[in-house]
Amino acid sequence: MKALCWYGRGDVRVETVPDPAILNPHDAIVRITLTAICGSDLHIYNGFIPGMEKGDILGHEFMGEVVETGSQVKRVKRGDRVVVPFTICCGKCFFCTNQQWSLCDNTNPNAPILQKLYGSSGAGLFGYSHLYGGYAGGQAQYARVPFADVGPMVIENGFSDEQVLFLTDIFPTGYMAAENCSIQAGDVVAVWGCGPVGQFAIRSAYMLGASRVIAIDHIPERLQMAKESSKAEVLDYASHDILAELNDLTGGRGPDSCIDAVGMEAHGGGLEYAYDRTKQALFLETDRPGVLRKAIMACRKGGTISIPGVYGGFIDKVPMGAAFAKGLTLKMGQTHAPRYLRSLLEKIEQGLIDPSFVISHRINLSEAPQAYDLFNRRDGGCTKVVMRPS
Amino acid sequence: MEVIHHPNSYPNLHPVERLASVIGGGVLAVSAIRKGSPGILRLIAGAAIMQRGLTGHCQLYEALGVRTAPYTATLPYELGIRAQAAVTVNESRPSLFEFWRNLENLPQFMRHLISVEQRDRTHSHWIAQGPADRKVEWDAEIINEIENVLIAWKSLPGGDVDSAGSVRFVDAPGFRGTEIHVELQYNPPAGIVGAYVARLFGREPEQEIEADLGRLKQYLECGEVATTEGQSRGSESGSRRQVNSESRSLPEKVVA
Repeated sequence: MKALCWYGRGDVRVETVPDPAILNPHDAIVRITLTAICGSDLHIYNGFIPGMEKGDILGHEFMGEVVETGSQVKRVKRGDRVVVPFTICCGKCFFCTNQQWSLCDNTNPNAPILQKLYGSSGAGLFGYSHLYGGYAGGQAQYARVPFADVGPMVIENGFSDEQVLFLTDIFPTGYMAAENCSIQAGDVVAVWGCGPVGQFAIRSAYMLGASRVIAIDHIPERLQMAKESSKAEVLDYASHDILAELNDLTGGRGPDSCIDAVGMEAHGGGLEYAYDRTKQALFLETDRPGVLRKAIMACRKGGTISIPGVYGGFIDKVPMGAAFAKGLTLKMGQTHAPRYLRSLLEKIEQGLIDPSFVISHRINLSEAPQAYDLFNRRDGGCTKVVMRPS
Repeated sequence: MEVIHHPNSYPNLHPVERLASVIGGGVLAVSAIRKGSPGILRLIAGAAIMQRGLTGHCQLYEALGVRTAPYTATLPYELGIRAQAAVTVNESRPSLFEFWRNLENLPQFMRHLISVEQRDRTHSHWIAQGPADRKVEWDAEIINEIENVLIAWKSLPGGDVDSAGSVRFVDAPGFRGTEIHVELQYNPPAGIVGAYVARLFGREPEQEIEADLGRLKQYLECGEVATTEGQSRGSESGSRRQVNSESRSLPEKVVA
């Protein structure tokens, strides 16, 4: 089959690789009908995620048709159309049974490595480095899906692939980011990053009752999408003093909650950005926490910082004193995707949202290397790329 | 997980050898003092040999895995490598005890174990993959057993491995499953040199036990051990690189 494989920083290639096979009794093989590039794939593309090996197949947002099932797969069957959440979950451990799916105890075969790095390991993830299990991803024609009865959701007819594909990651991720804000009526929510996760966070914040959402970015197309399509007030950080503006826009209170939908590769200007780039280049910090710092400084007393953006290592000069003095709550982590599949599908069904609004490019898998490059440069209005693998 | 090494201080010399070291080292040192400054090396050597005799511990012997002191137990407390690890499994204490008590189940998740054969209620024969592709075999005896609580064992003389260990089963608070606590103490083949060689081949005992317990948990909680062995991937070298910085154009953007 054809699959997009990683070969180094800025080097991904469409390769012919062996078809996947059933390796465990709860596995299924899915013939992929639609797959996407995620902003977090760019962290891998840019070499910020350790534990990658040459030839690894990328991709963790995919859906398709079940073509083969292992001996212990009971619920899904051949011919079923499924969306496959990016977290691989056993469904039996303490965390899965408590709906904390992305913290699953049992699906990372390389858990000892993450235990050394982080103290313990969460769920295995598709196509997201050997630290997270080294599972082959879904930017391919077929994928092996472990625990096929647990994560994947069967989709009945009546929805297009584009409408339901983003249930795999970015829609639940944006939704959980907003849910983590414990939004009350009257709340103002600030969202840093108007990429796809930021867009879903904006819309989810409104769905959960926010009175106002203020979105921050500097890419014109993304600000425009946040304003016109997702109905946020927008601020361009290149031309605004964000802290002063947010203070002003909220009558001196600050936003009730702040969402960092950017993570470890924050951009920005001035001395602070130069400082982080330098420290990162010298391996003195691994992640650039420019957005996190601002979110902490901007947030109102007693508010919540919600972090759907990915962090991988160590950060520097985070104003912990401000977070403490203001009594902030910090919530973060990989999305517990399976928790949200059913309820978010209902929102799509009710017409409350059509997730395909984020798509800017529809291409064939064979064009994936160019798409990575384009997406990475945020050029040509590139917000979201979906790919047909056939 | 905690590993305790005992790099020095335990006696590994036979009493006769200790006495000979004290006398021999003393004679060497005294002769050095009589001869004056050129004997400084002899003085140091003499003192070192005396110290070896006085403490009863020889660093060289330890490194080589040699011991001339008589054993007082199968595995003296101060010897070898000790490791402990724990895991919490979402299963009842009796079912976990029963699974473990059937020792022949253990190779299913202990990767370095090749087989365990139960010979009678308390005796078993173990075969494991040792360092450098060498098989190691030993007989073990269960020396203590409290149903649903504890199993303790030790290896019997004559095997390749000199070890003792225990596994305890404890209810986790709030009905959150059962804690399994494993303690293991063993003399690696060929002493510390053997442990060093084992480490070179990626067989750190403490990591092995921790990984083994993780696999046990996977196997018992969800009926399979997570793996990616045999999955599809691109070749190491891949085909020719497909994007150069000049040809970056995508055909055309199709807007929703």
